[in-house]
Amino acid sequence: MRRVVITGAGTVNALGADVPETLDAMREGRCAIGPLDIPDVDRLTIRIGAQVHDFDEGAHFNRQQIALFDRYTQFAILAAREAIGQAGLTFTGETAARAGVVLGTSGGGLNTQDQNYRVVYEEGKNRVHPFVVPKLMNNAAAAHVSMEWNLKGPSFTVATACASSNHAIGQAFQFVRSGMADVMVTGGAEAMLCFGGVKAWEGLRVMSRDTCRPFCATRSGMVQGEGAGIFVLEEYEHARARGADILAEIAGVAMTSDASDIVMPSRQGAERAMTGALRDAGLNASDIGYINAHGTGTAANDKTECAAVAHVFDRHADRLAISSTKSMHGHCIGATGAIELLACIMALRDGVIAPTANWQEMDPECALDVVPNIARETRVTACLSNAFAFGGMNAVLALRAT
Amino acid sequence: MKTEDIRSRVHAILAEQAMIDQTDVTDAASPADLGIDSMGVVEAIFAIEEGFDITVPFNANEPGKSAEFDISSVGAIVTAVEGLIARQRG
Repeated sequence: MRRVVITGAGTVNALGADVPETLDAMREGRCAIGPLDIPDVDRLTIRIGAQVHDFDEGAHFNRQQIALFDRYTQFAILAAREAIGQAGLTFTGETAARAGVVLGTSGGGLNTQDQNYRVVYEEGKNRVHPFVVPKLMNNAAAAHVSMEWNLKGPSFTVATACASSNHAIGQAFQFVRSGMADVMVTGGAEAMLCFGGVKAWEGLRVMSRDTCRPFCATRSGMVQGEGAGIFVLEEYEHARARGADILAEIAGVAMTSDASDIVMPSRQGAERAMTGALRDAGLNASDIGYINAHGTGTAANDKTECAAVAHVFDRHADRLAISSTKSMHGHCIGATGAIELLACIMALRDGVIAPTANWQEMDPECALDVVPNIARETRVTACLSNAFAFGGMNAVLALRAT
Repeated sequence: MKTEDIRSRVHAILAEQAMIDQTDVTDAASPADLGIDSMGVVEAIFAIEEGFDITVPFNANEPGKSAEFDISSVGAIVTAVEGLIARQRG
C-alpha cells in the first residue's frame, strides 16, 4: 500500500499568522482567548473567543478577491499559500491532474450570510451584492484553492461540524494512499465569530464566559475560535524523489458514527474510532506517546473522551500524554482538527508536547496525564488526533514520525 | 405575578417538554424523574425565559453547581423563577 506523508503545513489562527508563530505560542502555553471584537457584541451573553485580531484583508487580497472571499476563504487561502510554499510544489500537466483539495468547514461563509441578512432584514434593503452565493457557499474555499494553485483532481468540502477537518484530511489521505491522487491539499477553515454565529452557540448553554479549561475540575464550557489549517499530503516516493522535507507520516485513519444522539457523545463511538485508527495504521496502543484530544472543555466531551482513552489504552493510558490545544486557540469548529494537527507534528518532529492551558485542578473523571499548562519535551514516535462531532460523527487520525 | 401562577406556568412548560400531562408534574419531582434529559432542560429553560421574559443564568456544563438557578426539583425551579422575576422585572 502507498504511504502518505505531510510535506507542507500552513495556518492562520488566534495564536499566530503562520505555523512558526503558532507553534511558538503552543510551546509557551499561551492562551489566545479574549474579548470578542465584533458588531453588536453588547447583545451577546458570550463575549469571549479566540479571534484572529489585526487581520487586514486588504493587505493580502485585491478588491475583486475580497468581493468573492468570505473570511473563512481568506483564512484558507493564506494557510494554503504557506503550506504549498513549504512543500515547494507547482502544479502543471499530469501533476495538476493528479492533485486535488478536500477541505472541512462547518459554517462556510457564515460572515457573508450574517452581513447580508443584516442588509435585507435590519436595513430593509431589497438588493444584495451579486456574489453573495459564490461567497457564502461551503465549497468556496476549496474552489478558490483549486483555482489559485491549478489543482485539477478531486476537490470538495466535507461538513461534519467539529470533526470536519479530520474527516477531510482522512478522505484526502485515502485518495493518496489508494492512488486516486498523488498530492492532496487538505485541512479546514472556519470563521464563525460573528453575531449570528455566536448567538446560535449561546443557545446550547455549553459556552464558557471566562475561558476554556479542558479536563479541569473547574471547567466552564467551550470557547469558540476561528482560523484555518492546511496541509500538503503527498505519496511517500513522490516526495522522496524530489527531495521534499517530510514533516510526518499519516499512517491511518478511522471514521465512526455513534448512531445515538445529535449532541451527546458516546464512549463507544470514540473508542471504535481510536481503535480503528490504530489498526488502520498498523500501530499498537503502546506505540502512542501523545493524543491530541478533542478536549472541548464541556463536561459531556471531557468525561466521555477520558473514559474512552482509558478503556482503549488500558494500562498504557497512564503512560501517554493527552492535551487539548483548544485551551489556547479555542474550538475552531470545522478547522479545529487541522489546527490541532500542528501540535501532533510538533510532538513528532520537535519532541514538544503542547500543553492543556488554563488548567487549575484535577477532575477525578479526567485522571490522565493532560500536560497541564507547561509544554513538555519528550520523544514521540506516534500519535493520535481525535475529533468527535455533534451528530456523533467521529474521525481519528494516526500519525507516525518519519 | 402570584407564586401559584408561576408554579402553574412552570409546570405547564415542563409537562410540554416531557410530553406528559400537567397533572403528572409535582414540585417534588426532578427533571430526570419527569423524563427530561440535559438537552431537554436547556430547551425548558429557553421556554421559561421566553414565557416569563427573564434571563436564566444556566450553564449546562455544571447544572448541579448553578447556585443562581437550582434545577434539582420542579419546586426549586419555581422558586428560582420567582426570584428572577422579582429581580429582573421588579
